[in-house]
Amino acid sequence: MEAVYAICVGLLTFSGVFLCLRGRTFPVVMGLTLLSYAVNLFLFSSGRLKLDGAAILGTSYSYADPLPQALVLTAIVIGFAMTAFIVILAMRARADLGNDHVDGRLPPQPEAKPRRKKEHA
Amino acid sequence: MSLFWIPLLPLLGTLVPLLSERFGRSACALFTALLPAGALALVLSHAPEIFAGETLQQSFSWIPAMGLDLAFRLDGLALLFCLLILGIGLLIILYARYYLSAQDSMSRFYAYLILFMTAMVGIVTANNLIQLWLFWELTSISSFLLISFWNHKSEARKGARMALTVTGAGGLALLAGLLLIGHIVGSHDLGVVLASGDTLREHAAYPVALVLVLLGAFTKSAQFPFHFWLPHAMAAPTPVSAYLHSATMVKAGIFLLARFYPVLSGTELWFLIVSLTGLATLLLGAYIALFKHDLKGLLAYSTVSHLGLITLLLGMDTQLAAVAAVFHIINHAIFKASLFMAAGIIDHECGSRDMRKLNGLWKYMPHTATLAMVAAASMAGVPLLNGFLSKEMFFAETLHQVSLGSLSWMVPVLATLGGVFSVAYSTRFIHDVFFNGEPVDLPKTPHEPPRYMKVPVEILVALCLLVGIFPSVIAGGLLSAASSSVLAGNLPEYSLSIWHGFNLPLLMSVIAMVGGLIIYYNRRHLYQFQAQFPESDAKLVFERMIQSLVAGAARVHKFCENGSLQRYMLFLLMFALALTAGPLMDLNTTAGLRPHLPVDGVEITAAVLLCLSALATVIWHRKRMIALLTLSVVGLIVSIAFARFSAPDLALTQLSVEVVTVILLMLALFFLPQKTPKESSPRRVVRDLSIAAIIGGIIGTINYALMTRPLDSISDFFLANSKVGGGGTNVVNVILVDFRGFDTLGEITVLGIAALGIFKLIARMRLYMPAGDEHGRPWARDRHPVMLAVISQSLLPLALLVSVYIFLRGHNLPGGGFIAGLVTSVALVQQYVAHGVDWIKERLKVDYQWLIASGVLIAALTGVGSWAFDRPFLTSWFDYFSLPWIGKFELASAMVFDLGVYLTVVGATLLILANLGKLTTNHRPTQPESE
Repeated sequence: MEAVYAICVGLLTFSGVFLCLRGRTFPVVMGLTLLSYAVNLFLFSSGRLKLDGAAILGTSYSYADPLPQALVLTAIVIGFAMTAFIVILAMRARADLGNDHVDGRLPPQPEAKPRRKKEHA
Repeated sequence: MSLFWIPLLPLLGTLVPLLSERFGRSACALFTALLPAGALALVLSHAPEIFAGETLQQSFSWIPAMGLDLAFRLDGLALLFCLLILGIGLLIILYARYYLSAQDSMSRFYAYLILFMTAMVGIVTANNLIQLWLFWELTSISSFLLISFWNHKSEARKGARMALTVTGAGGLALLAGLLLIGHIVGSHDLGVVLASGDTLREHAAYPVALVLVLLGAFTKSAQFPFHFWLPHAMAAPTPVSAYLHSATMVKAGIFLLARFYPVLSGTELWFLIVSLTGLATLLLGAYIALFKHDLKGLLAYSTVSHLGLITLLLGMDTQLAAVAAVFHIINHAIFKASLFMAAGIIDHECGSRDMRKLNGLWKYMPHTATLAMVAAASMAGVPLLNGFLSKEMFFAETLHQVSLGSLSWMVPVLATLGGVFSVAYSTRFIHDVFFNGEPVDLPKTPHEPPRYMKVPVEILVALCLLVGIFPSVIAGGLLSAASSSVLAGNLPEYSLSIWHGFNLPLLMSVIAMVGGLIIYYNRRHLYQFQAQFPESDAKLVFERMIQSLVAGAARVHKFCENGSLQRYMLFLLMFALALTAGPLMDLNTTAGLRPHLPVDGVEITAAVLLCLSALATVIWHRKRMIALLTLSVVGLIVSIAFARFSAPDLALTQLSVEVVTVILLMLALFFLPQKTPKESSPRRVVRDLSIAAIIGGIIGTINYALMTRPLDSISDFFLANSKVGGGGTNVVNVILVDFRGFDTLGEITVLGIAALGIFKLIARMRLYMPAGDEHGRPWARDRHPVMLAVISQSLLPLALLVSVYIFLRGHNLPGGGFIAGLVTSVALVQQYVAHGVDWIKERLKVDYQWLIASGVLIAALTGVGSWAFDRPFLTSWFDYFSLPWIGKFELASAMVFDLGVYLTVVGATLLILANLGKLTTNHRPTQPESE
């Protein structure tokens, strides 16, 4: 099970990082959301995976680790607040700057200059 | 009286000129002089104890844990410098009264001057390394202000910048050196440092510390190759040049050498560096001085040369050399300050400092001329004047030193050569200015200055004569006191008499005199020779260097920060990669010893679904709507995973957050483009894919390694104390609202701040609203479908009931303020979706900002409440009660705290979503915008 879980976390990280490296705001927001899933799952797993245990006293003989759960719970809520902030910032940027590129300005058109050169400049 | 007052009086005195300016110029000067005079009197009152060999100390604890004390020390060396600084400072105040014109701001000048005086006194009386450095930097800054006093002149600004850069950089080196010394010795206390010379010299880091301290000293004292700033600092008003650049600030470096002489000297390295630097500076300064046509330029290079002489003396390996150095510090300060003042008078009364124009002034100002000539003769080392005595001692010591081994004979020869040039430029100063024909088109007709402007010069010249004729009476006590603190008490035998008989030093003096006169007589040939060299202006060279430095920094900056966020992300990720990959390679086995859980079909299916959805999000990320849908699938599976792995609270939270997030992103997508253009080059896509893959792989590996290792957790404490200490069986909730309540308080505050920030961002947003979807189809007319409205309205009470239930049971069963708040938010957002903002606005009169504020306030007050019972912040309380019909129930302070959490979450979520949703209504009439 652990291997499957780790693969999922790795894949979520991969997707999140790739989308974060995109040039437009919306994919970056989606990337951040994916990355926060990965981070939450990762933090949660630091209490180790446990089936049929719970952090409720008196319900089970083997308890799940409550500490990572408490941390991740607040992380989820704060993560939402931050995602919301980024989204609104992206919208505001579009409203004020007229485009949705993360730099606030569009890269030069490919006709004007060889694109590859510009991107590495 | 306390030593503390010696620097404090001038410090207070900084304000005096600013306050007393209104009473007129003379009164301003008088009042300004009062406090420094008080400090001087205080120093003099301690003089008998110092002459008796005592060292006075006083300290106040400041930050003892870091070895920082406010500590003062008055020994012979400090006494000597205090007398120079305060005594000459007082003369300068008098002189500047007549020097400054009516347009110059006298109060500003005096304030800077006294600030500088404070800093200098601070350096010489400091008994703590860090404190010494602090005052050291203060002299750099105050001298910057003084040099740039006439800030309308470009050369003043440039000169000030150069001085600040050079001395400031040296100050940084000094700081490093002093910290290193403090580290080696184990204390920043100067007394301790001075007593541990052997520890220091034997330490491996000694050469580094030595070089750093010397860098500080050499930059300050304008030693070769850092001498270039001093001549350009002459753009300052002449009182500043007389004070800073002859008597005090440039002597700070010499002071530093003398101060650390007992601990840093005595090694081969010290003698080699210090004596060679001093020798080079001595010769270079004396040679260049001869060719300067500017009166102050000549004096500046002569100062450089004399500073080199003192440095050379400190770099020789005899004790008598140190005595000679101290003696020359006194003598040089006296004659050079008077020469600068005389030069200032000449400049003031003739309007020029160019020696090609200034000729024959003897006729016009015989009194000033006499004073200047005596001082210049002292500079040249003419007998019966103080300069002669120390120069004689210097010549004698050059004969005795052996620091250059078999090449040591060069030192006296080169020293005599320096003496020759010194006589030559002194002769030039006298002959060119006061004789040598008639003045050449001067702007003003020269005449004698005001009576009192000459007084400071007269006092100093009188001192030249007195010290020169009665050396041991006038300066003997001071010299022996100061020398014995430089030599840590081992004062050698020496005699301060004018006549030592016919000996080698006297012969060297005679050679210097005759040679200097010969050189001056043949000066035209030398000028012609010198004219062949291209002129190089240190100012321009320096500016060019600074500009190339700035340009270089700008290039680096431009490379790193080109405005591309994608590039910053890349740098950040690469850095993270570099940090994590290394340690992972050291990990030999990935899998740990912990037994693995079995896998069943449902889990595999969910995992495959998760992976496919995540990949689908990546693949279709340019079709934003589809990507958003697949993203929400990922979120759902994550919440199922939480439920599966025994975290019901997390599953509930994730589920409700997922709903809110997707609504938020849908709303955002309404205003943003529906598709992402294809603009990444194939190369960039491959690059990003590989970086993402490596990072994903690393994170997965770490996670696997982490999960398969045994757990050693502190959670047993929480499990054991949750019921007995916090009164709840849901340990997660008890941790949130009780054990780690303070963290939660911080988190809801962040939540509130984020929501308020979003509110402000939305407030003046002007967005383009598409009339239809991406294919041009118009939106449905039916904005609020009846079915949706009816069902959601009837669901609302139920949803609210559920949230109350979840809230109340949260302490003992999965639930709590966070989850209940999210459930309430979802229920209310659904009403917004179904009915529109206006409909809700009439019915739900709640200000969400107030909701957030009251939530945070309730949570905080719950914490404060425990103060009423003399408990620490956020101490929890609970008890059990029973009521008829309801039965036994529990009340806990943590539940009030949880209520605060609940209100904040509801307020924040709705503030964000309701305000964003409001933008979609066409007319936007609801809230009058304040701006």
